[in-house]
Amino acid sequence: MSPDPMFNEFVLKFGTVNGSGSASANFLCAKVLFRMGLPVSAKNIFPSNIQGLPTWYEIRVSEAGHMARRAGIDVMVAMNPASYLRDAAEVVPGGTLIYDSTLQRRFDRTDIQVIGIPIARICAEHWTDTRQRQLFKNMIYVGALITLLGLEDSVVEQLIAEQFKSKPKLIEPNMKALHLGRDYARDQIEARPSVRARHSDKTTGKIIMTGNEAAGLGALYAGATVATWYPITPSTSLVENFERHAVKLRRTADGKHNAAVVQAEDELAAIGMAIGASWNGARAFTATSGPGISLMAEFIGLAYFAEIPLVLFDIQRGGPSTGMPTRTQQSDILTCAYASHGDTLHILLLPADPHECFTMSVDAFDLADRYQTPIFVMSDLDIGMNDWVIDELTWDDARRPDRGKVLDAAALEQVEFARYRDVDGDGIPYRTLPGTHPTKGAYFTRGTSHTDTGGYTEDGRLHGQMLQRIKEKIDGSAEHLPAPVIDIRDPDARLAIVNFGSTDPAVREGLEELDREGHVMNHMRLRAFPFAKSVKDFAADHDYLFVIEQNRDSQMRHLLLAEAEIPATKLIAIPNIDGMPLTAAFVREFVLQALRRLPGYGETERIVAE
Amino acid sequence: MTHIVKPQFRHPRLATNSQGLTRRDYEGVISTLCAGCGHDSVTAAIVEACFELELPAHRVAKMSGIGCSSKTTNYFLNHSHGFNTVHGRMPSVATGANLANRDLTYLGVSGDGDTASIGMGQFVHAVRRRVNMLYICENNGTYGLTKGQFSATNDRASKNRKGLDTPFDSIDLCNMAIELGAGFVARSFSGDKAQLVPLIKAGIRYKGFALIDVISPCVTFNNHATSTKSYEYVRDHNHMIGRVDLVPAAEEIEADYAPGTATDVTLHDGSQMRFAKLDETYDPTDRETALPALERYRNRGEVATGLLYLDAREADLHDLIGTPEQPLNEISEAELCPGSGPLASINAAHR
Repeated sequence: MSPDPMFNEFVLKFGTVNGSGSASANFLCAKVLFRMGLPVSAKNIFPSNIQGLPTWYEIRVSEAGHMARRAGIDVMVAMNPASYLRDAAEVVPGGTLIYDSTLQRRFDRTDIQVIGIPIARICAEHWTDTRQRQLFKNMIYVGALITLLGLEDSVVEQLIAEQFKSKPKLIEPNMKALHLGRDYARDQIEARPSVRARHSDKTTGKIIMTGNEAAGLGALYAGATVATWYPITPSTSLVENFERHAVKLRRTADGKHNAAVVQAEDELAAIGMAIGASWNGARAFTATSGPGISLMAEFIGLAYFAEIPLVLFDIQRGGPSTGMPTRTQQSDILTCAYASHGDTLHILLLPADPHECFTMSVDAFDLADRYQTPIFVMSDLDIGMNDWVIDELTWDDARRPDRGKVLDAAALEQVEFARYRDVDGDGIPYRTLPGTHPTKGAYFTRGTSHTDTGGYTEDGRLHGQMLQRIKEKIDGSAEHLPAPVIDIRDPDARLAIVNFGSTDPAVREGLEELDREGHVMNHMRLRAFPFAKSVKDFAADHDYLFVIEQNRDSQMRHLLLAEAEIPATKLIAIPNIDGMPLTAAFVREFVLQALRRLPGYGETERIVAE
Repeated sequence: MTHIVKPQFRHPRLATNSQGLTRRDYEGVISTLCAGCGHDSVTAAIVEACFELELPAHRVAKMSGIGCSSKTTNYFLNHSHGFNTVHGRMPSVATGANLANRDLTYLGVSGDGDTASIGMGQFVHAVRRRVNMLYICENNGTYGLTKGQFSATNDRASKNRKGLDTPFDSIDLCNMAIELGAGFVARSFSGDKAQLVPLIKAGIRYKGFALIDVISPCVTFNNHATSTKSYEYVRDHNHMIGRVDLVPAAEEIEADYAPGTATDVTLHDGSQMRFAKLDETYDPTDRETALPALERYRNRGEVATGLLYLDAREADLHDLIGTPEQPLNEISEAELCPGSGPLASINAAHR
């Protein structure tokens, strides 16, 4: 018999063939574990391919709540002979590799447990149709995990019933495959992995959702009616989710729905349509990724200079150029902060998980209307496409959208309207919508330099004033954006980690590891740009800030240097560019490495000031 | 050069239309284009057409791109919102504006560089989507603002001022628009106001994508003897193949055509469009025969003008994608936000 297993802290990974139907079986496993009360973090590591290439799915289970990706696989379900060798290599010593032993295979690892299940043979014995033989392989390995890993039968069965609610004919064969796998492992296999799942209660009040779905829902709740986009990984599912929910939740009495979703001919048209719709008073957005941002740059400058509200979701992926379309990165930070030619500066929101994708998506529409400028919601592939366990989404029914300074016909009777005049001293002018008033409020929107009434001008003084006012307007937003999350772990600590976005679970876990090794550091997670005063204050309170981000050139560090004027010597760059969701091990290793090079901080020294 | 606002002084007895507006009320700021520019005549025709249509000016949105032609939206309809977008991208902005509010009239003005080169992709897709707008291309075969480079509509035989010709064939926007499914396609000449004004009126009233390709000579760079976009050439080679009149819904059509030569079409808003064939062999409602006929005119070096194609089954983008009748920008917040109830169901579906 195996020794007592370790419960509820492990990484389960599937190596499968893209397009073989494994994705839904793998997600099913994640959801089973989630319903068993276990926090899970699921990472889909997929190729830019529809069928045939190797693909992986990692599920980290952590009752303690560590939701970062973790290297070192405890249980590997290797279903793809093409990736057997590298899959076996990833298993930790003492870990388990499960494979389809229809064709027996030797793995040159003596330090792991190899469990063979003749999955293809079982399928061949029970199904004649080739497609079914292929598809049910997936459910057989799920079944085996009931026995081997402790997935609960009843939870799996319930989820299968839910999954095939609309196709009840599929329930029975899926159950059959599930049971075949479960029973084979029970009756034929003695070995058991050293890790195991058992029921817990750590997911009460939680849901499991992707960032793109959450962001799409946020747009829906914010009242967006126009979504214009061009398909690009990893942003595609954002608009698709918006549309899917809009069809259900925005239904009108005559069977139509209160939203227009247009797939444009390219990203230029996608943003052009969003700008046109916003200009005309609808809440409009587009969603894209790095290459799309490059294409949209000219229009972004127009929206900035002509002061048109716009919400733009950038689901970042590996760049430059086409880069790694199916890998995650945070490498559009500088490009977005200063997008378009000439002097520009843009508001960035930096969600760290799907829950913030929802709240910041809603905020983005208010901010766009308030500041009459493009708002970038800087998500990434990891947040956007992976399933995260997050707090339930909530909505305050008393919340009303902030539509900003828009004059209606009655208001126009009362004022002398000048579109670009700073009436209130906050740099934010008043706007009007086309069609409002027969004789008042019309103006000419243009990307050329303009007077405060919108007339064309080549007067350098007026041009300078216009640019300065817009700068003041954007700067003025800093204290009204999502504030940084500051964690003072020790009031005397002189060191801190600064990060943003999807790296947060890894950073927080890494901080705990560093704590245990005697390096207590404070933590600031940035949530928006331009930076609030609290960002500068936090920097002033520390000797060194380790800036951890997923791009080569430490782009956020550049912004902290240039825009928060934090001294360069204080800002220690810790870049990561492997395209994978960050791990705590990376944080620990590279922070320690950087620490060793800092004057006054030796490897063994405690980092808490006396 | 900054813009010049026109003086508000006007003759006290200028005619007014049912909106209580005079022609002057449909004008804009003073044009900064070259004296004699064809585009200014198109501007005048737009002013006349809007006055005659009795449009409430503030319910018109003027859309344009970049170039001499795109500047002209500032020279008419002062009480309308205008949007001078970026080069070649007016179609997408107009599409978005139209998505947000289907009740306004969208009048796009562009040029041949803006439409047939940098903006070709957007133009094509706006046609294909049947965006409800009148798109006027002020076509002079040249890049005026950058001083006389060939545009993609410059005919191969047409030389520039220095006597050079282009090695490339020209793009015929009308033929292309007909192929792509535009419902209303016309060509006109800036020097023929009598033809142009009714075309603009009909194009505005048409529901769907309406194109008027207006040959509008560039007096500075492309009006010389060897140009096919000069006043002289177009006057000499103009082959008018159909005349259009637009009669508002409430009025009677006056029969002033010989029997059998005129066809009446009722537009979606009830107004009657009557077009008279001036070329017996040409049928503007038949795409299959219209295209080769236009090709023949083109090959003979003739400029076929008038209504070239009409699809009486008017349908626009909103009809195609099924948006509600109420403009999207007018739907109340309460109707748009599903509220906490449905969010509870969404949460439940993600457990």
